[in-house]
Amino acid sequence: MTRRDDWLRRQRRKAAAIAITSTVLTVGVVAYLVTHASGWPKVKATFFDAERFKKDFPAIFHYLWVDVKLFLQCAPFILLWGLTIALCRNTRNPVLYPLRLFAAVYTDFFRGVPIILTIYLVGFGIPKLGLSGEFHILWFGGAWNSPYLWGPIALILAYSAYVAEVFRSGIEGVHESQRAGARSLGLSQGQTMRHVVVPQAARRVVPPLMNDLLSLQKDVALLSVLGIIEVFRKATSIKDLTANFTPLVAAAVIFLALTIPETRLVDWYSARQRKRTGGSVVT
Amino acid sequence: MSTPKLSVHNVRKSFGHKADRKLVLDDVSLDVGEHEVVCLIGASGSGKSTLLRCINLLEPIDDGAIHLDGVDISEPGLDPDPIRRRIGMVFQSYNLFPHMSVLQNITLAPTRVLGTAKAEAKADALELLGRFALADKAAAYPDQLSGGQQQRVAIVRALAMRPELMLLDEVTAALDPVLVGEVLNVIRDMRNEGMTMVLATHEMGFAKEISDLVCFLKDGVILEAAPPARLFTNPECAETREFLERVIASGRL
Repeated sequence: MTRRDDWLRRQRRKAAAIAITSTVLTVGVVAYLVTHASGWPKVKATFFDAERFKKDFPAIFHYLWVDVKLFLQCAPFILLWGLTIALCRNTRNPVLYPLRLFAAVYTDFFRGVPIILTIYLVGFGIPKLGLSGEFHILWFGGAWNSPYLWGPIALILAYSAYVAEVFRSGIEGVHESQRAGARSLGLSQGQTMRHVVVPQAARRVVPPLMNDLLSLQKDVALLSVLGIIEVFRKATSIKDLTANFTPLVAAAVIFLALTIPETRLVDWYSARQRKRTGGSVVT
Repeated sequence: MSTPKLSVHNVRKSFGHKADRKLVLDDVSLDVGEHEVVCLIGASGSGKSTLLRCINLLEPIDDGAIHLDGVDISEPGLDPDPIRRRIGMVFQSYNLFPHMSVLQNITLAPTRVLGTAKAEAKADALELLGRFALADKAAAYPDQLSGGQQQRVAIVRALAMRPELMLLDEVTAALDPVLVGEVLNVIRDMRNEGMTMVLATHEMGFAKEISDLVCFLKDGVILEAAPPARLFTNPECAETREFLERVIASGRL
């Protein structure tokens, strides 16, 4: 064992000892304070009823797929539309100034309006225009006035504004010398964007993008205001029937089971990307 | 006399706005014949890099004209892409694309700009890499290579477009002496194959050896242009002499 290994091992042991002690202490104190609060028995009965949890969890879990499906329907369009808006905002050609202006107004508007309002306005407003009949586009289909159509569209409109800003910062973060390198080879402005700038920007913005997608996975629950029955809506309806909040805790557990693996997946992906294209890692 | 490959006529270029406008190229004229190698020397900030960037149309010039094969390429509003295709450029900081492998870096422009078939571009790239002792690096990514290897890849990337003229902008400035040697060897090879080149460089010994014409720039003006044998041994201009004395004092010639 080298001198450095020896030192590292001692450091690790010391760090582990401190971490364990402080965690046990903190959790212990919080647990003591919470369980000895005067209202704890009541809180325990209404939020952490084990019997109710066992009974309600499967019923709520049944709707997990609805949340996942809504998420999967929205995410690709958000990424696509967000990137389009970002590219519009980055155009340098004066002929395309209207596009630039549109993109700026778009992001200002949808980032400025609370998402829940966008959902109400789009989800209730547009079907009120008197839409009827059915649509079939590729593998999508349904009624023209369905909340399953306009709810996701509302989310796509709102989230694209955030995602566009993330993409824009990524595009602006690619060094000018990369553009010079590409243009010096004779690549056009569009080709430079497509093959050199955007791929690098996209890799760079994966973490903040993931942040937005994680919010999206949770905000899918907002579509319940349009009458879509999903995890949160199901949990509230059970709560309303039983006057017990435990189903909401169950819903929280379900959302966590969804979002935590999603984050880990992206961490793994970014690490792999770094390993593949990078040099040595600085610790 | 035949038309020079490249000719720069009274080019002016300034940066900045109004009050703090700075003239970086002041009435620069230069002729480069086919198969000729011209070196630009001078202190940092003398306008060498700007001149190269202007020739490649990366910077628009304010006044004057640049002719390639006798055709004015500096006409404002001209589409620069077809011209850049014919001019290869290599940068001090390589400017390789970090998200692409060496092979992808090299084949991108031939396939996308010239429309060369993928297989053909790949074979061509591998042949060029082999010639510059980089055959085993085709699948590597730029960040996994040494500075000298990266710069040689950058040169191969420019050569893959079969340019008629190469511009090299202080291509060895970021490298240590051993790596400088390997990059200079590549440039020597290009010269022997008859490539027309304009180099901005701080490697005086190399400039002396390789060039047909050496231009000394100061404050955006070509103060002296002469064959290396004369410029390095018997400079006419006092400023050139002073610059070379400082270079010799620092042990770089």
